[in-house]
Amino acid sequence: MSAGGLNLTLHVWRQSGPNKAGKIVDYPATNISPEMSFLEMLDTVNEGLITSGQDPIAFDHDCREGICGSCGVMINGAAHGPMKQTTACQLHMRTFKNGDEIWIEPWRAGAFPVIKDLVVDRGAFDRIIQAGGFISAPTGSPQDANSLPISKLDADDAMDAAACIGCGACVAACPNASASLFTAAKITHLGRLPQGQPERYRRALAMVTQMDIEGFGGCTLFGECQEACPKGISIDTIVQMNRDYIVAAASEREEKVEMGAG
Amino acid sequence: MDLNSRIPEGPLAEKWDKHRFEMKLVNPANKRKFHVIVVGSGLAGASASATLSELGYNVSCFCFQDTPRRAHSIAAQGGINAAKNYRNDGDSVQRLFYDTVKGGDFRAREANVYRLAQVSVNIIDQCVAQGVPFAREYGGLLANRSFGGAQVSRTFYARGQTGQQLLLGAYQALEKEIARGGVRMYNRHEMLDVVVIDGVARGIVTRDMVTGKVQSHVADAVVLGTGGYGNVYFLSTNAMGCNVTATYRAYKKGAAFANPCFTQIHPTCIPQSGDHQSKLTLMSESLRNDGRVWVPKKKEDCGKKPGDIAEEDRDYYLERKYPSFGNLSPRDIASRAAKEVCDEGRGVGPGGRGVYLDFADAINRLGESAIRERYGNLFEMYARITDENPYKVPMRIYPAVHYTMGGLWVDYNLMSTIPGLHVIGEANFSDHGANRLGASALMQGLADGYFVLPYTVGNYLASAKLAKVTADHPEFKAAVDKVQAMTDKLLSIKGTRTVDSIHRELGNIMWEKCGMARNEKGLKEALELIPKLRDEFWNNVNVPGSGAELNQSLEKAGRVADFLDFAELMVTDALHREESCGGHFREEYQEEGEAKRNDEKFAYAAAWEYAGEGKAPILNKEPLVFDNVHLSTRSYK
Repeated sequence: MSAGGLNLTLHVWRQSGPNKAGKIVDYPATNISPEMSFLEMLDTVNEGLITSGQDPIAFDHDCREGICGSCGVMINGAAHGPMKQTTACQLHMRTFKNGDEIWIEPWRAGAFPVIKDLVVDRGAFDRIIQAGGFISAPTGSPQDANSLPISKLDADDAMDAAACIGCGACVAACPNASASLFTAAKITHLGRLPQGQPERYRRALAMVTQMDIEGFGGCTLFGECQEACPKGISIDTIVQMNRDYIVAAASEREEKVEMGAG
Repeated sequence: MDLNSRIPEGPLAEKWDKHRFEMKLVNPANKRKFHVIVVGSGLAGASASATLSELGYNVSCFCFQDTPRRAHSIAAQGGINAAKNYRNDGDSVQRLFYDTVKGGDFRAREANVYRLAQVSVNIIDQCVAQGVPFAREYGGLLANRSFGGAQVSRTFYARGQTGQQLLLGAYQALEKEIARGGVRMYNRHEMLDVVVIDGVARGIVTRDMVTGKVQSHVADAVVLGTGGYGNVYFLSTNAMGCNVTATYRAYKKGAAFANPCFTQIHPTCIPQSGDHQSKLTLMSESLRNDGRVWVPKKKEDCGKKPGDIAEEDRDYYLERKYPSFGNLSPRDIASRAAKEVCDEGRGVGPGGRGVYLDFADAINRLGESAIRERYGNLFEMYARITDENPYKVPMRIYPAVHYTMGGLWVDYNLMSTIPGLHVIGEANFSDHGANRLGASALMQGLADGYFVLPYTVGNYLASAKLAKVTADHPEFKAAVDKVQAMTDKLLSIKGTRTVDSIHRELGNIMWEKCGMARNEKGLKEALELIPKLRDEFWNNVNVPGSGAELNQSLEKAGRVADFLDFAELMVTDALHREESCGGHFREEYQEEGEAKRNDEKFAYAAAWEYAGEGKAPILNKEPLVFDNVHLSTRSYK
């Protein structure tokens, strides 16, 4: 490689399995091209580890285009690293300089248990969606798409919130390990659209309740989540969530039992 | 081998309606007694799982990612086609059908494509109802953009994240059904075999990627929605985990593999920056709505800054060669044209493997903010990867492997040659012929999953007489033992090569010999090189760790083992097809640089049948009959 190659020292969290003790292990990363992505740098280190008979560092990744939400590690204490609105796979090594030390750790949150090394279990996010993060529109039932005009502003706001990739950086960055930004993004996406109105309050109540059950912390509006979010989702969504939740909690009543028609 | 396509009788436009009426129904009370396995949770798999569960079937869905929301459909950027004719520009089901058959260079099955065009309109309705935030006009109605290979504006989009938003719609429907108890979800599970009993698919064998446990799952029908095989090239725009394992192992169990050589090289990807590269990144084709593609007319200008090259010294080669479609020529044509100018030495950027995609004119005409509104996130992605500002300097792009039109052969009911084994989305071969048009993959995945498969699976279940089977059946035990034996073998080799290094080498062979242009000599060389590399793999690969834990090297090793076998099938297919069509460009068969089809000899789908270890695969042909579209030479001039 050219003279521009970087020589770095990595301090990586290694943990052989769930509920096992983990520790930071140091590895040199030599001759790293500034054109590499952060994950390609890890690939390079792993190739060296395998060749020398060691266990490679496990990390989640898939699309490497910043959209699937698989990847995500703490890089020098920041979720996805130092660059704003950038996932770890889109972070390039030109951000670092020769001689840098890089601390790499998994997301830290009780609700995201470590599976191995940098891989965590984010199943709690799926269960929050299961609680109500959808519009009940069974296949085949809808009307023509243009029969329901939606103002461009509402559609744009919904899209801003819908851009969430479910990576978990918001939880990892939050001092309380709260999942509020993730949950609020979905509540805002669906709640901003006319199609989402019938289930709006039910949804907010169920999703917030599930978030608590999963063991995520409460939101105290530190705002770290919006700083860490690779898709730039705003904490304004949390305001929307809280408003819908309060309305829902205040107006909660038992659902009527449907009587048979014959 | 029975290659009965089961195309219903009657006029093209009435086939699907007629078939829907004739198909048998399962009584609502009986549906929950049927267990359907769906492998894959992308647009096809998630929409099929959710819909089957809504209908009342008992569904199990499997994905190798940590959650179904990460399936690679998520990365599709540009849009989804539908024959809504909201623009009043002359679109219709017939036109979408025609464009798709023509775009596919007349190598797709008419009846399937027509049905796809018919249900396309329902998809948009369905997705809007689910809350997919499609782009809107100020009047509140849906917006459209144009895509390659079409002269109407029929593409619906959600910024540059259409795949993400459609997948999240399907994923949310799936999660709704998981919560209701209709679907059982298996995340981080990889399918490693299909189990066939008494000639019908009765289940699968999986490996739990966290614990390593190999498990049998019994079902009444199995559906594969496991995507394409672009990663046989190592470098592609596919996600790192995309693989051929599910479809290839089904092939080994008796499912015919059709047209494996039909691969799509997408014209607008970010060029490779070095040998460390792990994957390539697509820049949506929608950019060609406003970007103009060019290279310098003179070789000696290639080193200059693009801004220093005068207008008259630029060759806008797509506009020059294809004046009526220009920058919106279909993907295969645009890709080959880029290769051609680079082969002439007029490419730009590192290694001369790049062409400019220039937005200067559009920015002058519409303003930077309009361009930002349309493509902002794509421009940001480009800047992040290349460290260049595309608002100021033209993007550099180069073709890359993106999609595979080939796949498991299916009949009109989306059933493979193994009864009970259905194949949907990119994993099947049916709708795109030899070249897929932009924004049609999302359409096909959702058409199959929401609107076709749920009917045809019901018909299968209502007609099939299935004996009771348990996981203790010898076929399940044999499949589990085989999977375990392969794992043990891979872990025992302990050679000196990493899995990635062998995969990279395979990719290089495939790109050089079976890539954008192919010829007999190169393909024959590939048939020499691949078995050698396969020997190297099985004798000298190093897979660390054990099988009883999360072991990403082991996962990759299994996939690369299948790619090494599959690559040979692909090359065999490419060698046998002595014509050029769509993405399959055989250098020997061309006319003034354009693909030259041979309809007399090759108007068929090549469905390859596994003949056993070390034996040449058997070629079966499904003749393609064109009653409704006139077979013509594709012209975009």
